[in-house]
Parts: sequence; structure tokens; C-alpha cells
Amino acid sequence: MDQSRIRNFSIIAHIDHGKSTLADRLLERTGAISERDMRDQVLDEMDLERERGITIKANAVRIDYTAANGDEYELNLIDTPGHVDFSYEVSRSLAACEGALLLVDASQGVEAQTLANAYLAVESGLEIIPVVNKIDLAAADPDRAAGELSGVLGGDPGDAVMVSAKSGAGIDDLLEAIVETLPPPGGRPEAPLRALVFDSYYDTYRGVVALVRVVDGSLTEGERVRLMARGVDLDVDEVGVRRPKIERTGSLVAGEVGYLMTGVKDIGLIRVGDTLTNADKGASEPLSGYDEPKPMVFSGLFPTDGDDFERLREALDKLRLNDSSLLYQAETSRALGFGFRVGFLGLLHMEIVRERLEREYSLDLVATAPSVEYRANLVDGGQQIVHGPQDLPDSGRLLSIEEPYVKVMIITPSQYIGTVMELVQSRRGEMGEMNYLSPERVELHYLMPLAEIVFDFFDMLKSRTRGYASLDYEPAEYRISDLVRVDILLNAQSVDAFSTVVHKDRAYAYGRAMVHKLRELIPRQLFDVPIQAAIGSRIIARETVKAKRKDVTAKCYGGDITRKRKLLERQKEGKKRMKMVGSVEVPQEAFVAALRISED
Amino acid sequence: MDPTDSTAEYPPDSPVLADLAASWKSAYIHVPFCARRCPYCDFAIVDESAGGAADHTTYIGAVAAEIGMAADFGPLDAVNFGGGTPSRLAPELLERVIGALEVQFGLSEGAEMSLEVNPEDWSDEYGRGLVDAGLTRVSIGAQSFDPAVLDALGRLHDPDAIARTVSGVRTVGISSVGIDLIFGHPAETAASWERSIAAAMALEVDHISTYSLTVEPGTALSREIRAGAPAPDDDVQADRYHRFCDVASGHGFVRYEVSNHARDGHVCRYNLSTWAHGEYVAFGLGAHDHRWGRRERNHRRLDRYLGAIEAGERPRVGVEHLDDFHQERDRLMLGLRLAAGTPLTPTAERFAASEAGRRFIQAGILEAGDGRLRIIEPMMTDAVAREALSVSWHDC
Repeated sequence: MDQSRIRNFSIIAHIDHGKSTLADRLLERTGAISERDMRDQVLDEMDLERERGITIKANAVRIDYTAANGDEYELNLIDTPGHVDFSYEVSRSLAACEGALLLVDASQGVEAQTLANAYLAVESGLEIIPVVNKIDLAAADPDRAAGELSGVLGGDPGDAVMVSAKSGAGIDDLLEAIVETLPPPGGRPEAPLRALVFDSYYDTYRGVVALVRVVDGSLTEGERVRLMARGVDLDVDEVGVRRPKIERTGSLVAGEVGYLMTGVKDIGLIRVGDTLTNADKGASEPLSGYDEPKPMVFSGLFPTDGDDFERLREALDKLRLNDSSLLYQAETSRALGFGFRVGFLGLLHMEIVRERLEREYSLDLVATAPSVEYRANLVDGGQQIVHGPQDLPDSGRLLSIEEPYVKVMIITPSQYIGTVMELVQSRRGEMGEMNYLSPERVELHYLMPLAEIVFDFFDMLKSRTRGYASLDYEPAEYRISDLVRVDILLNAQSVDAFSTVVHKDRAYAYGRAMVHKLRELIPRQLFDVPIQAAIGSRIIARETVKAKRKDVTAKCYGGDITRKRKLLERQKEGKKRMKMVGSVEVPQEAFVAALRISED
Repeated sequence: MDPTDSTAEYPPDSPVLADLAASWKSAYIHVPFCARRCPYCDFAIVDESAGGAADHTTYIGAVAAEIGMAADFGPLDAVNFGGGTPSRLAPELLERVIGALEVQFGLSEGAEMSLEVNPEDWSDEYGRGLVDAGLTRVSIGAQSFDPAVLDALGRLHDPDAIARTVSGVRTVGISSVGIDLIFGHPAETAASWERSIAAAMALEVDHISTYSLTVEPGTALSREIRAGAPAPDDDVQADRYHRFCDVASGHGFVRYEVSNHARDGHVCRYNLSTWAHGEYVAFGLGAHDHRWGRRERNHRRLDRYLGAIEAGERPRVGVEHLDDFHQERDRLMLGLRLAAGTPLTPTAERFAASEAGRRFIQAGILEAGDGRLRIIEPMMTDAVAREALSVSWHDC
């Protein structure tokens, strides 16, 4: 296809604003998918994506479109994950496009996540079409939404295309806007190959499948190509496009988007952001923007049943086949036994991985409270990277602790500004800019320790703004903070899995709250169990779970021994969710209790 | 050995007696009729306040027919009428059941024939009817001597009726008399429980059963508690239980099971045998029977029960087959409720040596020795039984 007739674009939208439905409608209207094969969220292939209504993996689909004037076009829709955790993946997907549809819900308006990705798209030089969706909803206020979009993007509110992805209204206008407004790709077909890997996944039969955008030159089956960042050469086994079913084309030329198979089994080799070139006489400069995946949040994952450790390792290895950003290393906890310290891109990523491990691999896991990456500056001049509170050096060796700060953007209805500010200040946030998107909605910028966000910040923000506020963040810098490790002792023994790093000013309140919470969560045992919070050897809070004194039921009804036995067996089954820590039975919820401790 | 001789010869908590009891054969007859349902009760009963008086004669006819369908079992050492409220039945109907049992199985010499009686049903004339029917033992549903607690429990009698019933039972010549008490209702106070204990002692009965009030799902009590009424408190119940045991032992009562206390010679054979893993046949609505490694249960709904009998079928809804190992588990679970404990079989020994078993021993809840495994803190029996069931399972 002539480059001038190609349009590569993605859709930027907040969760639930209708991105997947719009993609469905575009595929349906252009006949890319027959009515028989149509189902909701057709591009979201993972069960978890369909259930949660989110996109985790990118996807790319080619659509043939005959414009109103009779010209034929090749549209490549690159579906991207929208969430902040995957912002690197999003940036690579955007780099594969010349344009983007910025989609907002007519009743909700612009959200933080949309805005962050929209800024990303603008910075990448993409042409943007503002689209207002769900115009047929009773609560819709398309003009306000269009006004917010023009406020963000510049331009006229009248530029926005009004659609209902659900009913299909406005879809024809949108398709015309795509071919008229978005620029065609501008690569050089005769130059050496440069193709951007913007996602990859593992197929049991075909090995690693990479999704690529050919920028310069062409990618042809049978040739040998080189991954410039990894410095690895590969044979091109198969090249084609997805419609969304796989269709082998033999080659892809500059401007086109498609897939590549090489028979490689290790997904770690084909990294998102890497540049493919010819192995022989290749390009000298890779495409810009390659980055190694950088985990921001760390959590210990331990099998409830110690015998499942190997199964957990296998499951992580398998998940990693499809998720090169997943990093883990074996870890031993005195309290929880053998497990892994796992690094995640963010909270959603953590939640998704845990859920997939439990669902797809039937593992019963205990997860410790999430931590961030601290830098411990030592008295001897060295620095130690610390991924969990238990790894923090003793105070004698410790000079100072640096913690990661993030730039936070919050968009909230203006009536909640006060509550949001209060919340952020209680989490050590520093106010930055504040912009009104419209008289009703405001964009707040903060600098905040990431550790303050990874607990329950998002839940608190949502509950204090009746669900209206949205949040986005990106890494900013490391700063020295006055942090201490609060340890928890059960029955006079320190339980490593309960240790937490908190700011000194909040240590007492945290210790008291944690001890209190644990007293509620830990059931009475055969003996008194003292629960203490300590900084070093100094006890800062204490409560006691009194020994259980009665655990017996009265007579059996009419000699019904079966029922009695089954009741006892059921109760015993319930106790399996407990973890033995020393001689104390601790329910799994206790290990994430820290998450639920609010600042008050 | 004849049960009559052995119960007289051995103290109620004797290991020898407990082991003998495992060989006794009992029968349980369920009498479902009640004047009304008590708020804490989840048993299979027929609430006669709701549906009018049920036809006792038809029901007893069905029970007699069911007895006639049973396979031979050998002479019975104990027969117990439980409920419901067995004292709702006329003595002639009880006699008819006893007659059917005698024809079908035979009765041992001096067999224990026991019946639960509500104080409001008692009259001396009724008592003489019981004697004529062959009853030898009466257990009175006293529950409490505090009018406020009786009211909260939904009982229909007052404390004076308990004393009248006890003296009536003695007068008509029934040889063993006991009372049942329920403790730990939130309406009860430490002082009122103290008074109830004193009143119970003053009656000089032969046997006392003390049950902690248990909140069963689906009962009026559980609904009230969900709606905000105070719930029974475990610590309070533990205190009340221990207080009772202390006072009762000072009055010559020996605790032979978690909830059962008897004076020498007055252990309830039916009761002891059930916990010692003895066999029993059971008849009537929702009754559970245990013999030959099988536990079978009857319909809980009266229409289904009567329908089955009318159709000439046994009214069973379920059967559980237990192999030797599973019977051994049951014996362990049940025997742990006895003060005499359970024989230290290989399974029991494995449990005692397990991590869980050692924890209980260390905490002063369980002890192993002299060929027995026994619980010394009865209020923690279920905690031990729960672990005993699973340890013996894993080791096999």
C-alpha cells in the first residue's frame, strides 16, 4: 500500500470511557470482523482484561477502509494499555503511531490518566483527534467534555468528533476524520530496516511473537535481522498482519504495522522498545526511546503451603514469558518461609500478577505489604539498594535513607479540592501547580513519596471524592527522608513480614494502629499472645490477644455424629488459611493489614 | 458384664466403665412434639402451637412400624426418649414403643429406660404411668432456676415446678432422676447462675447435665443477635462452667463427659455409650443410627417421614459408611469428650506426638498416660478434636 494511504493510530482513554467498545465498532463498521465473530472487547484477549474492562497487553489490528471519496486506506489501530503502570509500553505504542484518538466520556470529562497519556502523545508529536463518547447517555454533557478537551489540547471545542461507540452514531464521521486529519507515515522505504518492537507475547506453538512498526526499509521473511539494544541476531520466520486474526503477508514495508515470528523462546530477548535492523548492512542509529523495564513497587509473595514454592517459581517463569517487566528473586522470610520478592511496574500490575497467579495457577498466596526501592546510605560511604523493610541495614551502619518521590497529578471536581489537599498533605505531599480544566474541574500537581501512594492512597482518594477524582504519577527523584523501620513482635519474636518503613513523625501512630489492627485480626490462641511494635529495641506500642478459654459446643443433636464431625472438619479447613508464625496462628489478612491502616 | 452391675461398681469417670460402654447397645427414640419452639433450638421438632396438636398416635404407630422394619441388633442395654418434648406423649404411647423394641430386639436385664420430661408436663399421675410403662430414669428439662433466664430461653415453667417434678419423680419410685441446665445466656448473671447452682444442689438429684447456650444458625436467637441483641460470651461461659464443676464435685458429682455429671452408680448409660463409640439404633423423625460401621439418618420432615413408613419403606435420607480407620477417628473424636478419655491407640498416640498434640499437652489442655489420652480442660474439647481428626487422617 502506498504510504500516503496508511494511517497508524491508537486510542487514548480512561478506564470505562469506552475505548474497547469504540475499537469494536470501528472493526465492525469497516467489515474487519464479521457480525458472527463479533463479541465485546474483541481486542482484549485475556480473560482478566475482559472481566475488568481493561487492556493489559497491546494489540494491533489492520483495517481496510474505503473513504467517502472512494479512496482505499489501510488503518492500523494499535490498542494500548491505558494505565499508568504501563506508561513505558504506552509510550512505545504511541511511538508506533502518527495519530491518536483522545476519547472521553461525555458524562465524565477528562481524567488524570487520559491527560497524562495525551501529554505523552503530544510530546511524541502525534496528531490528536478529540472524541467525545457516550453522547446518547442521559447524563451526557458533550459540550462540557469538548470544552475540556479543547482546554487541554488547544483548538476549538467544535473540533471534537461526537460519537456513541455503543450505538455506532458518529463512527462514519470519525473514520473520515482519521483519514483526513491524521498524517500518513513518513519513513524511507529504501533505507536500511528500522522497525520498532512495541509489544511481544508468547505463543505456546510459535514462540515469541513481536508486534512491530516498520519505520524505514522493509521486513521480509527469510532475512536475518538484529535487535540493536540486545545485540542479538534472529531469523525472520514469518511476517504478517492481524485483522485481528493472523494473516501472513511475507513482508512489511516502511509505515506498516504487523507481527514477526522468529522461533525465539525467551521473551527477554525481544524487549519492548528495541529496534530491529538488517543483520547485514543495518542502520547505524536505533530508534530513540529504548528503556529497561523499571519496577517501582515490590512485594513478597509466599505460598500459603510451603510445598507450593516450586509451583510458584514455575508459575512466575511462565508469566514472565509474556511479561518481561516482571522481575523476581527468591527470598526467605523467617515468618513466611520460602517465597519471592517481586518487582512490579505499579499497583495495578501487582494486583494483576497476583490475581493471575492465584487464578491461572491455583496458588494460594500470602502477599506482604508493598514497598518501594529505598537507597540506604551507609556510614562507611557505601550505598545499598533495599527492596523491602527487612533488608534495611541496622541503624548503627545507616547514615541516611533515600526514598523515591513521584510527580502526582490529580484531577478532581473543584468541590473536593479541600479534602484532596488535606489527604495529600497527610501523606507528605508538596503542592505544585493547580490548573482549572473548567470551572467545575481542577488539575492538581504534587510531589509525593511513592511509599505514601502504594498503601491505600488511591482508595482514600476515591472514597473522599465519591469516586470522582483520578490519579496519575510518574517517577521524579530520590530524596533523603527521616524514615524508620517499625518492627512487629508476636509473642516477643520479631516477624519480618510485618516490618514497615515509615516516616519518623508517623511511627508511633502507625505502631499503635498496626498493633491494634493485629489484635483484631489474630484469633485467640492456646496462650496469651503479646503484640508489640518496636523501633530498634524500643517498644512503642503493645496489646495482648488473650488466650482462648472456650472452644466446645454442647451436645450433639440426636446422636448426629456425622454433622459434628463435618463441622469440625470444616472449621479445620478454615484454619488452613492461617500461617504458623513461630507458635502463633496468623490469618493471611494480617499480612496486608498495613494496607488498611488509614492515617487517622 | 451386665451394665447394671458395672455402673454400680465403677465410678462415672472410670476408664474401665467407658471401655465397657463401647460394647453396650442402645436405642434412641425421637419424640418431635413441642408446645412451641424455643428460640435457641434447631432440632427437628413439630411445633404444636403453630400447627395445632399433631396426631401422637399416628406418629407412634409409624415409629413402632419403623422398629418392626429394623434388622436384629440384640438385646438393648439402654433406651432413651429424646426430643422435642417426650413428656408430651401419653404413657400408653411410650409403652407401645417399648413393647415394639422388646419384641424386635429384646431388653437386657435391668435395662436403662430414660425419658426427658418438661416440668410443666409433670403430674404424679403421669409419673405413675411412666413407671407402669417401664421407665427407670427421668431427666428434667430444668434449664435454669432464674425466672428471667427461663423467660429468655422461652421455657414455659417456673423454678418451683422443677422442685415439684423432682420430688414427684422420687415419690412415684423412679430410681434415677436428673436435671438439664443451660448456662451462659446473656440474661443470666454470675449471681443468678450461682443461685441456680445452689438450687440444683439442694434438690439432691442423681445426675446433672450442663450445656452452654450455643447460637445455632437459623434460630430466632441467632436472628436476634444479628439484629443487635447481646451474644453469649465465651469467657463468661468458661467461668460459669468451671464454677459449676467446682461446686458439683463438692457435692459428690463426678464429671464423666464435657457436660455430664453423675453421682456414683447414676451414670447415664445411653449417654456414656454414645460418647464411647457404642452402637445404637434410632427411630423417629430426624433420628441418627449407628451400627456396623454405618451412620444412617432419617427424614427431618414429618410428612416425608410418615409417607415413607406408610409406603412400607425405611424413612432413611442418608447413610455414611465408615471404614475401620474412619471409625477409629470417630472413636477418638468422641472419646476425647469423656473424662476417662480414649484408649491410647496407635492413632491416638500419633496425635499426641504430633505438633498440634504437643501444643495442647504443653498448654495443659490434654494429657497422655496410663494408656489413655484425655482432655483436662473440657472447655477446649473441640479445639483438640479438630486437630485430632486431621492429624490422624494425614498420618494414614
